[in-house]
Amino acid sequence: MHLLEIENLVVEFETAAGPFRAVDGVSLHVDEGEVLAIVGESGSGKSVSMLAVMGLLPWTAKVSADAMRFAGRDLLSLTASQRRKIIGKDIAMIFQEPVASLNPCFTVGFQIEEVLRVHMGLDGKARRARAIELLNDVGIPDPEQRLGVFPHQMSGGQCQRVMIAIAIACNPKLLIADEPTTALDVTIQKQILDLLMNLQIETGMGMIMITHNMGVVAETADRVVVQYKGRKMEEADVLSLFEAPKHNYTKALLAALPDRATGDRLPTISSIFNEDVDGGAPA
Amino acid sequence: MADTSTTAAAKPIDPRLAVLREFWFYFSENRGAVIGMWVFLFVVAIAVFADVIAPHGAIDQYRDALLKPPFWQEGADPRFLLGTDAVGRDMLSRLIYGSRFSLFVGCIVVSGALVVGVIVGLVAGYAGGRVDALIMRVMDIILAFPSLLLALALVAVLGPSLINAMIAIAIVQQPHYVRLTRAAVLSEKTKDYVVAARVAGARPLRLMFVTILPNCLSPLIVQAALSFSTAILDAAALGFLGMGAQPPTPEWGTMLAEAREFILRAWWVVTFPGVAILVTVLAINLMGDGLRDALDPKLKRS
Amino acid sequence: MQSLREMLRFLLYRIGLLVPTFIGVTIAAFGFIRILPGDPVLLMAGERGVSPERYDELMRQFGYDRPLWEQYFDFLGGIATGDLGNSLVTKKPVFDEFFTLFPATLELSICAIIFAMLLGIPAGVLAATRRGSWLDQTVMGTALVGYSMPIFWWGLLLIILFSGILQWTPVSGRVSLLYFFPPVTGFMLIDSLLSGQKGAFTSAVSHLILPTIVLGTIPLAVIARQTRSAMLEVLGEDYVRTARAKGLAPVRVIGLHALRNALIPVITTIGLQVGVLLGGAILTETIFSWPGIGKWMVDSIFRRDYPAVQGGLLMIAVVVMLVNLIVDLLYGLINPKIRY
Repeated sequence: MHLLEIENLVVEFETAAGPFRAVDGVSLHVDEGEVLAIVGESGSGKSVSMLAVMGLLPWTAKVSADAMRFAGRDLLSLTASQRRKIIGKDIAMIFQEPVASLNPCFTVGFQIEEVLRVHMGLDGKARRARAIELLNDVGIPDPEQRLGVFPHQMSGGQCQRVMIAIAIACNPKLLIADEPTTALDVTIQKQILDLLMNLQIETGMGMIMITHNMGVVAETADRVVVQYKGRKMEEADVLSLFEAPKHNYTKALLAALPDRATGDRLPTISSIFNEDVDGGAPA
Repeated sequence: MADTSTTAAAKPIDPRLAVLREFWFYFSENRGAVIGMWVFLFVVAIAVFADVIAPHGAIDQYRDALLKPPFWQEGADPRFLLGTDAVGRDMLSRLIYGSRFSLFVGCIVVSGALVVGVIVGLVAGYAGGRVDALIMRVMDIILAFPSLLLALALVAVLGPSLINAMIAIAIVQQPHYVRLTRAAVLSEKTKDYVVAARVAGARPLRLMFVTILPNCLSPLIVQAALSFSTAILDAAALGFLGMGAQPPTPEWGTMLAEAREFILRAWWVVTFPGVAILVTVLAINLMGDGLRDALDPKLKRS
Repeated sequence: MQSLREMLRFLLYRIGLLVPTFIGVTIAAFGFIRILPGDPVLLMAGERGVSPERYDELMRQFGYDRPLWEQYFDFLGGIATGDLGNSLVTKKPVFDEFFTLFPATLELSICAIIFAMLLGIPAGVLAATRRGSWLDQTVMGTALVGYSMPIFWWGLLLIILFSGILQWTPVSGRVSLLYFFPPVTGFMLIDSLLSGQKGAFTSAVSHLILPTIVLGTIPLAVIARQTRSAMLEVLGEDYVRTARAKGLAPVRVIGLHALRNALIPVITTIGLQVGVLLGGAILTETIFSWPGIGKWMVDSIFRRDYPAVQGGLLMIAVVVMLVNLIVDLLYGLINPKIRY
């Protein structure tokens, strides 16, 4: 049994110009202790499919799948309140914009302790102790002081650490990281990735790393799913993907990495990859 | 908004027409705004053709028909569809003529406050420094008083009449135009197209009115629509307090003041003038909301 | 509070900004009186007329014969010592009259704004969360009607319905004449409770209901519209998604995480309603014969009671400025991003 298993996921949005299919028949799975990377350009539907798992899509989205199971439970048949018992606790998610993702009106301590109260039912003293412990775990110095601080008083990297603290607060089985380092400075990116990988190894949780950055994939993932225009192009373990990419789109993605590029100019994906995915020319 | 001439020049249609067409596209999407517009046009038509439509004169008294109820109630006089007031004047005719006063008040107040407010605001924003500080302090002083109280006090100075009420309301309203214009000018002043015009040797007056002003129009138009309805409400309130139009003028607020003592005996003399005010103001506000949405480029994206 | 000193500094800075406006307001209130038509002394004398000697004496007594600037500095000196002159009609100090009547207006205004907030904020939140639904359209349609309402007519309509046809509420005043008790706080609701008389409190409440609704209507509409648009903006923010990703119940996501942020602009809007309330109090108090400063100002204007109008204008402007100051400070308290 896989930790998370998705079969033939389709997400459509109602728009003024008719239904728009953001995710088109994606299947994937993650096991405990495994890191799966989902790679693709922006607009390839990688975030949308994970938001569908979390149940965070707006009501204009229509989600359907042959199966969507987490730890053996069918996510599709859960009621909203049943699903809320799982998300935030067993499945947690962190996002691309750490500063905007934290509520500017509440202290860091409040936002961490909130999940502990809702999901773990800890009392005030235990919550505070656990929050300090969590801030310690994510490498924020002087945690007692930091509990009373507002998000805008911290840097982006620190905000992402707090987001990670919130995510791992209830010892989740699965952590979904949606471009967790994209909005950060390059030096901070490395630290945050290291933190995430250390936590993953320590806790043995499953992890899904959504990224467009092949460098991040190489550093973190066990297995990779390549997505393009809402469809899965290729799935492989990370070594074979980098050694022998099967699909032309993957080859194009890899060729666009600066240290792999040949010649004077960095190739763009569209200059290499011109293959037709679904009968029409890619934009 | 104003500078579409370059983009639309290639097309055969007149660029001004294109701007209007785009505006109408967004405006007509808003059902409430379109309804408001039709109601407003209806009121305007009534005001224009009052002499033709009204069955009786506005101040003609029918001594044999005092406080007659509207036609669907018992004891109604078929000559008077909406009944008569305490001195036997036809309610319907008075309401019809009353529309003239409200629209007149709105037009005069808005154009007065707009012209003065825009000029003062342009000067404040463009000149800056002490002139700006002085002008804005004066506006702060006006805004420190509740607007209706200040208008009331001003009318007391000038003497109660509709004209003086309009002057007072215009004075009370123009700080809003000053602030709006000044803020728009301040944000436009440093933009490249203004700097370019200045470098090209445009004089201050030309810079203020020809270069900057057309690009500040959107918020002013929305404010004009809003203050049109506020002016009607305030003029009616002053009339109601006895400080606006004087009897026997068929101004809606004044009609309400005269009707007050009959509120428990003749509901129609109280109800209809208020309905007239409410419907007119509501129509203008619906239009104002539509204008705001159609002119606000921030909302256009969605 | 780590920022207490900074807050104090900000407070002083804001008060400093108010000084020129305050001086302007005194000039406005003072100058306003000098251009009113009619001679104050002749008006005081009334129908009986006045002899030239007595006229000169009175002119001297009230200081109207001295140069304007001298009169103005006297006026300023009076303000500093809490002396705004005496009312021409009641002969009582204007300052005392104002503070006798002000609690009535304050009580009415506070009830009106609470009424507006209690209805307006939930209505705006509901409309925003069900954007585009019939509920949204109904709430926003009603709000626009309320916003367009001539409240003096609205008051009359409510009187016809509730006092005339249904006979539920009294037509005017603050409390039934059956009850008499000394004003302790000036707030009828509190005083009637303190008096311990049976039925006094109910009577005070029933007198307060209609004026509260009338005065609260426009603030209610404005607050509902502002809350809806602020909520719509906030609901699209990343932190709301985070709150949902935590597995929080929708009530908590919307009522705590989103609303807490949406309230920041709403509080500003509520602060701006003070002027609207005091302007509306003029009409509301006139309709319901509510013995507050709104009715007092209208009466004074009609009676050409110069010192009362002058003092009243000044005091009302000061109240508006003070409330705006408080709202500014409150804004800093509810918006953690603002540190003075």
